[in-house]
Amino acid sequence: MALLILKRLALGVFTLWLVSVLVFGGTQLLPGDVASAILGQNATPASLAALRQHLGLDQPALARYLSWLAGFSHGDLGMSLATRQPVADLLWPRFWNTMALAAYTAVVGVPLAIGLGILTAVRRGGMFDRAVNVAALAMVALPEYFLGLLLILIVSVQYGWLPSLADTYPGMGLGAWLQATTLPMLTLLLVTVAQIMRMTRTAVLSVMDQAYVETAYLKGLKTGRVVLRHAVPNAAAPIVNVVAFNIAYLITGVVLVEAVFNYNGLGRFMVDAVSKRDLPMVQAAAMVFGAAYVILNMTADVAAIALNPRLRYPR
Amino acid sequence: MTNDIRFPTVSRRGLLAAAAGLGASALTPGLIGRAFAQAVDKPKRGGVLKLGIGGGSTTDILDPRMLTDWVPVNQAFMLMNGLVEIDQNNKAIPELFESWEAFPGAAEWVFNVRQGVVFHNGKTLTVEDVIYSINLHRGKTTSAARAIAEQITDVEKASDKQVRIKLKSGNADLPYILSDYHFLVVPDGFTDWVRPIGTGAFKFESYEPGVRSRFVRNENYWKPNCGNVDAVEVIVINDIAARTNALMSGQVHAINRVDFKTVDLLKRNRNLQVVQSAGGQHFTFLMDCTQGPFTDNNVRLAIKYAIDRKQMLQTALQGYGRLGNDHPIPQSNPFYNDTLPQRAFDPEKAKFYLKKAGLDSLKVELSASDAAFAGAVDAAAIFRTTAAKSGIDVVIKREASDGYWDNVWMKAPFSMGYWGGRPTADQMLSIAYASDSAQNDTHWKNEQFDKILREARAILDPAKRKEMYATLQQMISDEGGAMIPMFGDYLDAVSVKLKGVTPHPMFNLMGARMAERVWLEG
Amino acid sequence: MKRIPLAAWIGLFIIALNLIAFLFGPWLARFGEEELVGAPFDVPSPEHWLGLDQNGRDMLSRLLVGARMSIGVSLAASLLSFSIGIPLGFIAAIFGGWIDTVLSRIVDTVMCVPVLISALVVLQALGSSLPVLIITIALLDATRVFRLARVVAQGINVMEYAETARLRGEGLGWMIFREILPNALPPLIAEFGLRFCFTFLFVAGLSFLGLGIQPPYADWGGMVKDNQQGILYGLYAPLYPAAAIALLTIGVNLVVDWLLADRTTVQGEGR
Repeated sequence: MALLILKRLALGVFTLWLVSVLVFGGTQLLPGDVASAILGQNATPASLAALRQHLGLDQPALARYLSWLAGFSHGDLGMSLATRQPVADLLWPRFWNTMALAAYTAVVGVPLAIGLGILTAVRRGGMFDRAVNVAALAMVALPEYFLGLLLILIVSVQYGWLPSLADTYPGMGLGAWLQATTLPMLTLLLVTVAQIMRMTRTAVLSVMDQAYVETAYLKGLKTGRVVLRHAVPNAAAPIVNVVAFNIAYLITGVVLVEAVFNYNGLGRFMVDAVSKRDLPMVQAAAMVFGAAYVILNMTADVAAIALNPRLRYPR
Repeated sequence: MTNDIRFPTVSRRGLLAAAAGLGASALTPGLIGRAFAQAVDKPKRGGVLKLGIGGGSTTDILDPRMLTDWVPVNQAFMLMNGLVEIDQNNKAIPELFESWEAFPGAAEWVFNVRQGVVFHNGKTLTVEDVIYSINLHRGKTTSAARAIAEQITDVEKASDKQVRIKLKSGNADLPYILSDYHFLVVPDGFTDWVRPIGTGAFKFESYEPGVRSRFVRNENYWKPNCGNVDAVEVIVINDIAARTNALMSGQVHAINRVDFKTVDLLKRNRNLQVVQSAGGQHFTFLMDCTQGPFTDNNVRLAIKYAIDRKQMLQTALQGYGRLGNDHPIPQSNPFYNDTLPQRAFDPEKAKFYLKKAGLDSLKVELSASDAAFAGAVDAAAIFRTTAAKSGIDVVIKREASDGYWDNVWMKAPFSMGYWGGRPTADQMLSIAYASDSAQNDTHWKNEQFDKILREARAILDPAKRKEMYATLQQMISDEGGAMIPMFGDYLDAVSVKLKGVTPHPMFNLMGARMAERVWLEG
Repeated sequence: MKRIPLAAWIGLFIIALNLIAFLFGPWLARFGEEELVGAPFDVPSPEHWLGLDQNGRDMLSRLLVGARMSIGVSLAASLLSFSIGIPLGFIAAIFGGWIDTVLSRIVDTVMCVPVLISALVVLQALGSSLPVLIITIALLDATRVFRLARVVAQGINVMEYAETARLRGEGLGWMIFREILPNALPPLIAEFGLRFCFTFLFVAGLSFLGLGIQPPYADWGGMVKDNQQGILYGLYAPLYPAAAIALLTIGVNLVVDWLLADRTTVQGEGR
């Protein structure tokens, strides 16, 4: 198992390197560069040339990539081209914002979703099951920023219970932080709970149809015990998988929710950096997202293998 | 509401009346809703002002040379002062330049530097500081104001209190040019743009680019009745819905760039008021006079008659603007040509000019992007619908917002753009219509035009100038490559708790100087 | 033929409605999708049952006309992504070794970059035309389909019956079409039901960045985005296209649930 994890880690580092090449290449294809993005309508050929030279954009692309890679491998994220400030200073506060919101959502959402999933599986076909299912589908089908706006309309504009801006700043208390981030958390909750819940329900159901569960029932065990002791552990692999992917989504995919609540997470940071063509910033964000994905993916895979004896010894 | 309200023909006087709180008729723009009387109230001190501003990014920097977007411009004006200020009547008034005088011919000027002004670090403002600050934009520099500073040939110390500025050729509008928001004053030799030091009403406390900033009051501020609040916090909110929410739920006191589409709905809210400022901001459909069908002025005229301006103004701006007449000078400008008849929607005339160009119908590709202005793509769709009635098929090519100014603007044969207001007619005409301007975005070249423009610049008699500028406006309207359907007002919305708010012809949020002017009540 | 339960009937009915809109939408609409018929955000009237949108166009007509564009793009992109993802996933699972490694590395690399960012870069570099849009969405989605197909096929590949078939000496075609595909179908169909609907949302997300389906064409996701501001003033305008998407999602998935009622198998990933 340790060997497997080590191997996966090495592969992960390799993947990250591929990501950096892909991102660098991709941004080279984009129209415009950081100089034209900064100057906008004020871009005259003379001022463009001056700024490009000032920022070192007159160097060939390969040289710029290699110098970035050399810095990165020593833990130096470089300087932002647009602001001439260290990327790390700009990145880490947003990184922690992103992680905090993801953690908040996961802590509330994952137990809720799995609980609902098990409950609907047990009450398969009943009114509760159907109602939750249709509600979940509707949540999945609504754009997340739209859900966010609906929540804002009801919770902040109509009743004034919670602020519509997820305005966080260093040194704020936990209470204030929870108040500021609860609305975006709820929005993300609606999106992720629906998915995890549906998957849990299906996974548990597929196990419940197996022979050993029937046997447990025939032994006279209570439903609760059968489900928790026999069905859920055996359905764990796909549940872990879907949870891992939803956490990955919470970290990497929430840019639209950030926009609606004006939350300063990494998603908007990266979109901003791409539109300004600020390559060191883009690369840094891409590396963080890549690492998050690699780690969660690895966790899911290892868990799947650990939980499924058939996969543990591949041919 | 009658049509008159939606298409007001405001005189400049009407605008002033509204601004000064002398009573407002329904025809004048200004503060909409309650409360005109407060403009004469005495400012109260205290409180923390919170502004929700759109137009900022994580890559912002407060270096005066690099200012391009609204958030950093507003923040820079909190920390620093300019040389010359444009007041709410569109006049150049003293700021750190206390007074000035032009030598005959207007090619040499002497400016008196305000005395007794102190920077946040305790240093007193000197002539050297001013010279250093102007020179940031001259010569080999990355400044966005480099082009407008190019006419300056010399900036020198005339005395301990005076700066002498020499120009390539006479320009009666030099003080207006120096009012540009890039010309901000910092101490001589200053380079620490992460923590700018200026003479502004607020001192630097904390700043996260594209996120938020908090500046505290400068107790030694020199401007009377300014710097009323204890601190000002800027929260950067680029999403229009999020910005509106923040104001409606009371998290900020003011927001800029209110959405035209929903402003009428917003006005129903009793806790806030909408500030409408008529200025020079206008939206352009740019025909490249050197490309494709647009080399023929008949085609350009056909396009100009094929647009239903009233429909466009009504739908795209909800009437919050004025009709454009295919030239860039707004009604608020003293040199506005008020004898030029308003060009109307006339499919027959459009067809006539098409025929004159030897065409039965016309198919053109219009490069559109919301980078040109918010709602540009919708405006393009409206143009497409109305142009069809003249047998013109407008195919909309939506361009990416990023790189739009670099890759599409001034390159595509038919594109969209905008110009923010310029304080003077000369600046506006020079930057976008003079043959030798790098930003002549229709590539329209006319020697006669250039000649009159040059002459008008150095003339000091207003009546004579007005006549000359009127000719120039007519030339652009009849021959130029820009179809200018409308001028858009600047729309802000503020909480009723915020007092001292006035419209301003230059930019949103009182010409980006709201923070130092307003105060909080209640 | 088993008895069709009520839920499935509802699902079929919803799908039928959408199919009609998809096929005949432009003829059913009373107004053109570009036609300006009144003031922006005007309220419903006998003339305009669902009111007007942010530009003063008839909402119902745009919904009907937009059905073709929305459903067409989503369907094309999902079909394309499945026909790329499934074969590659199966091949990676059956052959394993370096083929699996190379394919998985490529897919992992693409998945490491948030989808919106990838789409942003591709669509800006190539321009947001309809074919580019569909292919971009399909390729990005294919990575997720690939992972699912691969995992499912791996699970089946180690089953006794697959081993038996291999020992019998069956060829690749047999393995894919007779052993793996039939057994992998349920999770793949379930995934298709969701992914088809996610594509609507993805297109809507792209229009948030100004890169979705280009005006003046109507598409439901873009219509939600364009009208979203109205919601803050208690207007229903953005609710209609959102409801159309939600309804179709529910309809498709009710039918999928019914088709798979007896064959519950799992997999699936996030958006």
